[in-house]
Amino acid sequence: MKRRHVLLMAAAGAALTAARAQGPREIEITAQRFKFTPSEIPLKAGEPVVLLIRSLDFAHGFFVPDLDLRTDLMPGRVTRLALTPKAPGRLAFLCDNFCGDGHEGMDGHFDIT
Amino acid sequence: MQRRDFLHLAGLGGGAIFSASLAGCATAGRPQDEFYFVQLSDTHWGFQGAPNPDARGTLPKAIAAVNALAKPPDFVVFTGDLTHTTDDPAERRRRMAEFKQIVGELKVKTVRFMPGEHDASLDRGAAFKEMFGETYYRFDHKGVHFIALDNVSDRGTTLGAEQLAWMQAELAKLNPEAPLVVLAHRPLFPLVPKWDWHTRDGEQALALLMPHKNVTVFYGHIHQEHHQMTGHIAHHSARSLIFPLPAPGTAEKPLPIAWDPAAPYRGLGWREVEAGGKQVERIEHGVNAA
Repeated sequence: MKRRHVLLMAAAGAALTAARAQGPREIEITAQRFKFTPSEIPLKAGEPVVLLIRSLDFAHGFFVPDLDLRTDLMPGRVTRLALTPKAPGRLAFLCDNFCGDGHEGMDGHFDIT
Repeated sequence: MQRRDFLHLAGLGGGAIFSASLAGCATAGRPQDEFYFVQLSDTHWGFQGAPNPDARGTLPKAIAAVNALAKPPDFVVFTGDLTHTTDDPAERRRRMAEFKQIVGELKVKTVRFMPGEHDASLDRGAAFKEMFGETYYRFDHKGVHFIALDNVSDRGTTLGAEQLAWMQAELAKLNPEAPLVVLAHRPLFPLVPKWDWHTRDGEQALALLMPHKNVTVFYGHIHQEHHQMTGHIAHHSARSLIFPLPAPGTAEKPLPIAWDPAAPYRGLGWREVEAGGKQVERIEHGVNAA
């Protein structure tokens, strides 16, 4: 590989890193029967974040009722979900795809300050 | 003497009676035949745990109570969660077979079944269909239209486009003035979405029902009585026969209320529904230890 190409690739990588650094904060969440990890997530009002949600075992759902926001979580894939909480408070989220004996307790919440 | 009058005079044999004039009948000036049916729900056959130390005895007690009714109902409906969920397809079928055998003790032989998510969500209704037949259907009885919906076989708890199209076509055949009873497992309206107590596309079903003037919905899922109107449509949930759940939105999670040895079977029950007359009447029964 020529030196010029290496430099170009390095520059591109640095630009990507910089863009990510300037972008919304990313929060990783794991979904697995019958829990989300973490299940209590602190957020700041007005701060945009991107949730990176990975299901390990089932096509769980991820539903934030108060925002009318939901998505399916396909196992093995990372699902990206952007949200910006507007006001302090507590936002519940839950699995809304019935996933078995324990589904009813598979939930969590955002604590927004 | 009408059966309803007799019940009032007889003190209901432990039940409590409630009337609603909305979803009544007697349309077009022609009285309908009065009749009643029984709703049982959320039996969760196969459940084991502290919330009901008599899990295998509660359903037989209810069946014995139904069999002891002075005048038998015209039919019995089970509004879902016949069995408690299991990942094992063979165990699911075993529970359904055992449930079916126990329910076979009912003297009334016309019994209609609907699935709950515990029966049907993990295999998209496959075992339920093998054991009980279609998951959604329509029937008529003495001038009252019934439509049984399936809002559980899709794991996302939707009715889905296919069922909604079927529902629209079936409703189009009916006189919008005629009494219509809708049976389902989950609430069709957003009762407590943060507890998953809703149907994701329930609003579409309710929109289809709106042109019908006399609609009453009976459902289960929430393991307690709850009564709500959406427009002119009345919704009544039934008690469970396994364990009660907290009142809507009153707890962190919708988890079973602990069994109280001082008041066993508290919160469990079943109902009679009088239909075909001028009023729909519910007679609510608890489960007795005897």
